[in-house]
Amino acid sequence: MARGASLPITIREVTKTYGAFRALDRVDLEVRSGEFLTLLGPSGSGKTTLLMVLAGFTRPDQGSLLFGEREVIRLAPHKRDVGMVFQSYALFPHMDVAANIAFPLRLRRLPAAEIRRRVEEALETVKLGGYGDRRVDQLSGGQRQRVALARAIVFEPRILLMDEPLSALDKQLREHMQTELRQLHERLGMTTVYVTHDQREALTMSDRIAVIDGGRIMQLDSPRRLYEEPANRFVAEFIGESQFLPVTLSEGRCLLDGRPLLLPEGRSPPEAGPLLLMLRPERLRMVTGTPAEPLNLLQGRAAGAVYQGDSYVLHVELAGGARVSLRGVSSAETLAALPEAGAPVTLGLRPQETILLADEGT
Amino acid sequence: MAAGAAALHGPALARDARRERARLFGLSLPAVLLVLVIMVVPVGWLFWLSFLADDGSLSLEHYRRIAQHPSYFRIFRTTFEVSLATTGICILLGYPLAYLLSQLPRRWAGLCLLAVLLPFWTSLLVRTYAWLVLLQRQGLINSWGMELGLWQEPLPLVHNMAGTLIGMVHIMLPFLVLPLYGSMRAIDRDYLKAAANLGAGPTRAFWLVFLPLSLPGLVAGATIVFILCLGFYVTPAILGGGRVIMVSMRIATDIELFFNWGAASALGVILLVLTLAFLYAASRLARLDRMLGGGAR
Repeated sequence: MARGASLPITIREVTKTYGAFRALDRVDLEVRSGEFLTLLGPSGSGKTTLLMVLAGFTRPDQGSLLFGEREVIRLAPHKRDVGMVFQSYALFPHMDVAANIAFPLRLRRLPAAEIRRRVEEALETVKLGGYGDRRVDQLSGGQRQRVALARAIVFEPRILLMDEPLSALDKQLREHMQTELRQLHERLGMTTVYVTHDQREALTMSDRIAVIDGGRIMQLDSPRRLYEEPANRFVAEFIGESQFLPVTLSEGRCLLDGRPLLLPEGRSPPEAGPLLLMLRPERLRMVTGTPAEPLNLLQGRAAGAVYQGDSYVLHVELAGGARVSLRGVSSAETLAALPEAGAPVTLGLRPQETILLADEGT
Repeated sequence: MAAGAAALHGPALARDARRERARLFGLSLPAVLLVLVIMVVPVGWLFWLSFLADDGSLSLEHYRRIAQHPSYFRIFRTTFEVSLATTGICILLGYPLAYLLSQLPRRWAGLCLLAVLLPFWTSLLVRTYAWLVLLQRQGLINSWGMELGLWQEPLPLVHNMAGTLIGMVHIMLPFLVLPLYGSMRAIDRDYLKAAANLGAGPTRAFWLVFLPLSLPGLVAGATIVFILCLGFYVTPAILGGGRVIMVSMRIATDIELFFNWGAASALGVILLVLTLAFLYAASRLARLDRMLGGGAR
């Protein structure tokens, strides 16, 4: 399949309530043409509701939705011309693989020869060439997933929606399909909106991620910026592991346990409000002797280590009583260097990885 | 310590397995006996009777008579016609009803199903006589219709084919609706969403996706209705007024009037064979359907 055209999506002030529950709360979102955008959030956050609004299955209370220049908010689902991969795949059990993929083409009244050609092409695209006459219930989970994908792209929609398409697959296959979906997106180039609750999947696949909670977009950013510079505590906790320590402000300086913190260069400290220091376990390091570079130092005592194969986690009780953990790569040296429980430990954090967040009291 | 095979308990485990099978068989023995006593023995006895001539000798006399008399052929034809018509009308009425129920929220669907099932809790005889009251010349429907000036002469609604069909459809409808409703409920809504997403409007989504997926339930329900109709006695006897003669009624006359067990048994055997043949054909049809991938999963 050739790289086709794609359309930008503009979502404006879309609200959907179920009784008193606000599934979507004045959501604004622009999806760029050809972009792979992921809606990431916990269950009940509204991410699936938003996808269903895009597909036309959920009618919002208000809002505007543009595919390109065209307003589609009131358009029936069968007239929207968007491809969709369902979480359940929704492959028609009374049709074989080829008939499933041909379904959208038959509805568009394409000539039979053209349909045959495009079905075969779509099967090749998802690496299922020759599977056309299989019955759906003869396929494995991964194969069904590919057929669902082939059916969603065979009519060359300019927008592709995916609702947790990999959640039913086992871990290895899921990771394999993540790569494949991403490659397919690069090849076909259609604007893709992908829903998942799996943060690693979102980080792996997306151009940008919209983190959703309580029907609102908490942050819209590239995977790297989301992880490195979360906008708030919710995003920091939802993506990756994180721990928080209270920070006080005094005369324009940020104090942790009364000692000033070194902050990233060029970043002025926040002006007011209670603050939190975000700690990622893999960004902490054990410090012995005098560090070669300037580091923020935390003093504590080792409180046990856990071996996890490729990595280890060391729990540390800080002098103030808070517990933090440190993750390191396993090797003979690092494992041998792990301190005994109760031994004093000094943890170091580089200034450029010292991220302060407003404490919203959650 | 004994070494080798004995220590692995192979023969003992096999013996345990045999004993367990025997115990399970023992548990099902009462049911097997019951079926034997109330099903196999009487049917076998009828079968035997149908081959006995009036003087007690073995003969095909009863079957010969049935084959030679055109009146018997007419009775079988009527039986199949009435059963087919009842099944057809049940499908026409029952499919939309089951569809409506399957689209309702479960709570409401439950209430409506209760209404569908309500007739089951009344005696068949009472329901049939109730139809007689409603449909007869001076019945509720005719007197109201004439009162309102919709028609001048009483319509012949009962003691004929029309009355028979009305009564039978009313009684048979739940047998169609229940399995059909079940199979429609089991159809994942995602299939219809997918159909819409791929470009099918509501009408085409129904014909191309919903109807094929509901077919197994429809075949099941229609088969039950048709087979029950084949042996139906009370309702056609009362509402048909002697003008609609079905096999079951002829069997009753043979026994009550002529005390001819042989003739009645022969009719019973033929009806049973025809029913089994139909059931076999229907199951082939259903399997064909499964082969095409039908079924709501």
